[in-house]
Amino acid sequence: MAIKLNEICNQEEKIAPGHRACHGCPETIIVRQVLHAITAMGKPVITASPTGCLEVCTSPYPQTAWRVPWIHNAFENASSTLAAVWTTYRHFVKQGKMEDRDIKFVVFGGDGATYDIGLQFISGVVERGQQIIYVCLNNEAYMNTGVQRSAATPLGAWTTTSPVGKVIPGKTEHRKDLVGMMVANGIPYTAQAAPHAWRDLMTKTQKAASIEGPSYIDVITPCPRGWRFPIDETIYLSRLAVETCMWPLYEVEYGKYKITSRPTQKKPVTEYLKAQRRFEHLFLPENKHIIDELQRKVDEDWERLQKLAEMD
Amino acid sequence: MVEAMVKKPLIKALEGDKAVAEAMRQINPDVVAAYPITPQTEIVMEFAELVAEGLVDTEYIRVESEHAAMSSCIGATSAGARAMTATCGPGLALMWETLWVASGLRCPIVMAVVNRSFSAPLNILTDQTDMMGSRDSGWVQIYAENHQEVYDNAIQAVRIAEHPDVMLPIMCGHAGFVLGHTLGRVEVLPDEVVRKFVGEYKPLYSILDIEHPKTIGAYDHWDYFFEHRRQLFEAINNALRVIPEIGQEYGKISGRYYRLVEPYRLDDAEVAILIIGSGAGACREAVDEMRQKGVKAGMLKVRCFRPFPADEIVKALKHTKAVAAMDRCECFGAEGGPLFIETCSAFFNRGLPMKMVDYFYGLGGRDTVPAEFCDIFRELSKIAETGEIKPPIVRYLAVRE
Repeated sequence: MAIKLNEICNQEEKIAPGHRACHGCPETIIVRQVLHAITAMGKPVITASPTGCLEVCTSPYPQTAWRVPWIHNAFENASSTLAAVWTTYRHFVKQGKMEDRDIKFVVFGGDGATYDIGLQFISGVVERGQQIIYVCLNNEAYMNTGVQRSAATPLGAWTTTSPVGKVIPGKTEHRKDLVGMMVANGIPYTAQAAPHAWRDLMTKTQKAASIEGPSYIDVITPCPRGWRFPIDETIYLSRLAVETCMWPLYEVEYGKYKITSRPTQKKPVTEYLKAQRRFEHLFLPENKHIIDELQRKVDEDWERLQKLAEMD
Repeated sequence: MVEAMVKKPLIKALEGDKAVAEAMRQINPDVVAAYPITPQTEIVMEFAELVAEGLVDTEYIRVESEHAAMSSCIGATSAGARAMTATCGPGLALMWETLWVASGLRCPIVMAVVNRSFSAPLNILTDQTDMMGSRDSGWVQIYAENHQEVYDNAIQAVRIAEHPDVMLPIMCGHAGFVLGHTLGRVEVLPDEVVRKFVGEYKPLYSILDIEHPKTIGAYDHWDYFFEHRRQLFEAINNALRVIPEIGQEYGKISGRYYRLVEPYRLDDAEVAILIIGSGAGACREAVDEMRQKGVKAGMLKVRCFRPFPADEIVKALKHTKAVAAMDRCECFGAEGGPLFIETCSAFFNRGLPMKMVDYFYGLGGRDTVPAEFCDIFRELSKIAETGEIKPPIVRYLAVRE
């Protein structure tokens, strides 16, 4: 179904203003897009978050920003928690104790909770086919606790646990390919998305919400605090991530790859890197090889992705 | 007074683990999320068969870890489900973080814990280190002595956990292998009697109520957290009243009445052993043996460890002259095990003197035989006569030094 902006503008916001997200934080922008997309389908939604930025900034007792049911359990287990809520819902419907209203179940989790500590739990939910939509708000580090590196942090990035020192120049490993792992896990629907491409993100949300089984959407979430850029450049950074192919927009539906938005002209990764102070040390002459390696990997992945998309 | 039974009970020879599964079949919970671990596997295997045969309506979530099992039970109860699980030793340890979430969110989850030791060295046999290690996590904890109690506890647990004045998760402990894998005589109640007893779970609120959206598990700062914990403290202490109430009600349908503690030949006892769980069987034999020899021996079996029934324990023991607490768990670096320490504290706080010693016993599945309990009674008699305890106060029973 098509996303109709003028209709969405008149929908109630499911996450209230007054939450405590940082200036320039795209997390609640993404949450609004996802919840609007599902609301536009006429489906009720129940949500969960693991411990993280979104959790603390939306639920400081006795206040809450959530106008939909929401649960927080712990850091690693939002997927299993909400999956069990879905299982219970299905049970009650089966038992005739509850009307089937085709409720959608959405987890909003950070990359630490998703790529690292919660990966086993997500993998279990996917294997069991429990029908949740898992949205990763991927700001590429543990931002809530002060910018520690995660498996989603790109090569070369400064974080507080991959600091730039005389011997080690930032993170020494490439990021984990979680969408790839989800594909290998046999998930019916998975995608990469970005908040500047709101129509793309909302369309992907609606696809995830229409599919039978679990789904996973990984959304790049530029973080002014952790990435070290001005608070008014969030959407710009989101766009640059896609235009440099650092973060290609694509989806995999039942194993079929589709690139949902191609950059008209693929920009060099330096355009993206130089806009963020977490990468500023890479522009020292002795670190040029790291930029080269990032560019090589981006080119290789982009080629591979295009081939996968062509095959299907 | 044992009232007339509505129907004659069915007598079955059941392994302790299967007694749990049988109770679960009759309870027919909405959701079971569990992960196999020795020696709890019999429960999940048996329950899987019940699900496969369509003998229960339960949604069985075959999770990938115990942490996910508890996480799922929390999610399920938040959605208004009656949820159950089972684990032991290391599995309980893996759940530890979420044990506190379950009690903090006031999820009335029922969990069978087939008591097992912790590694290292690797040991899969029974002691109570697992449950004792989680004793302060806001869960109600009851223990079974024998197969019948394993079955009876599981059924009562549902009502205790879901009682509006409690609304807390509950662990029902039974000894791995010793009870779990051995056959015992179990009087099984008719299905309809159990179903009527446990009734329908009516949650106060549910995350599935989309008309009235709830935020569950909010971030709680210094300004409210303390008060919420205080409420939990009140709730678990309410179980001191609720557990015997449910035990009475259960007695009416089964003829077996349950309390927080169970005295054995204590009325005129001068020396007493305080014990939890399956070891009480051998201890009871030792009491009889010592009585035949003219020693006024008695035993107090503690069925409920959390909340700690301090009043009942003191009331039952205060007339005795010497008491040995039996701790089947590890408590490195403490001055005694939890049963000893808390009983000492109970006497002290009531201004009552009591000569007490502590025995660590039966760790890692080591059997404790009646003769060993007899030795303890002899030691207690000496203490009672002289009024003196030769150090150490905290001892290891039948260990190679």
